[in-house]
Amino acid sequence: MNIEWFIVLSALLFTVGLIGVLVRRNPVVILLCLELMLNAGALALLAFSRMLGNGDGQVFVLIVLVVAACEVVVGLGLIVAMYRRRLPLDVDEMKELKG
Amino acid sequence: MEEIAFFFGALFALGGAIAVVAVKNPFYSVLALVVHLVFLAGLFLLLMAQFLAAALIVVYAGAVMVLYVFVAAYVGGIEEPKWDASPELRVIGPILAVALFIAISIAVLGSGLAALGTPGPEDVPSGFGTPEAVGLLMMEDFLIAFEAASLLLLIAAVAAIVLAGRRREDRKSATDDRKSATDDRKKLVKADEEINAAAAGKGEGAR
Repeated sequence: MNIEWFIVLSALLFTVGLIGVLVRRNPVVILLCLELMLNAGALALLAFSRMLGNGDGQVFVLIVLVVAACEVVVGLGLIVAMYRRRLPLDVDEMKELKG
Repeated sequence: MEEIAFFFGALFALGGAIAVVAVKNPFYSVLALVVHLVFLAGLFLLLMAQFLAAALIVVYAGAVMVLYVFVAAYVGGIEEPKWDASPELRVIGPILAVALFIAISIAVLGSGLAALGTPGPEDVPSGFGTPEAVGLLMMEDFLIAFEAASLLLLIAAVAAIVLAGRRREDRKSATDDRKSATDDRKKLVKADEEINAAAAGKGEGAR
């Protein structure tokens, strides 16, 4: 399978994730769409790693997985904190940093 | 054969991704992301990244998604009406995203990289993509990145506890609640005993 197919698929997945981040309002779904975008980046990294026959890209993807896990933990912590303080779970209404 | 596997995986990975965005209930979005991840792991296998495919399934579809399911269940399924973006973004958001896709495609396909049109070199080093190869690279060439990643995980764990843990005043009010609840229960028991005693007294009187 040619590498360009993987790159185009990765761009498509990134686009879908970006649309989700822009149009959805529930913070849980926005986090999920961020995951989609990170996965698209990981797919592109792996495709280029395969194209060059070099393993460096795979280590990069592993680091991306770690960063994604951290992002999930902090994001879900924020959502739980929002819920505890009875703030609306809607990013359009959460416009100010001070809750 | 490889083409069939690719298009099958790509179809379901893309379908899962679209379902994440399109489904109303966040709970189903999480499940759609699991489908997406499983097929994405299949695509990773096509790119000879066996270790990362396994890591994606174990770490993501296994652990992270459980966390998502817990939080989605904790905050409750907030269904939002379909396509209910804020008015400024409803039109311009998708346009921006599609423009980005076109820009990426032009950049990649117009880059003139001859290797893009090939399935990659045949003579990859033996053990390419196995845990051994990735581990060796990580411990030899990318040790600092590895240590930084572990530090980042530690910081994220602490941050999650600080963010989601109960505040001191929360805990105090919780104990107060519990104390008053115990007091109420004691009062109830006392009243109960009094009633019982009165009934017993009456019974003795009648006898």
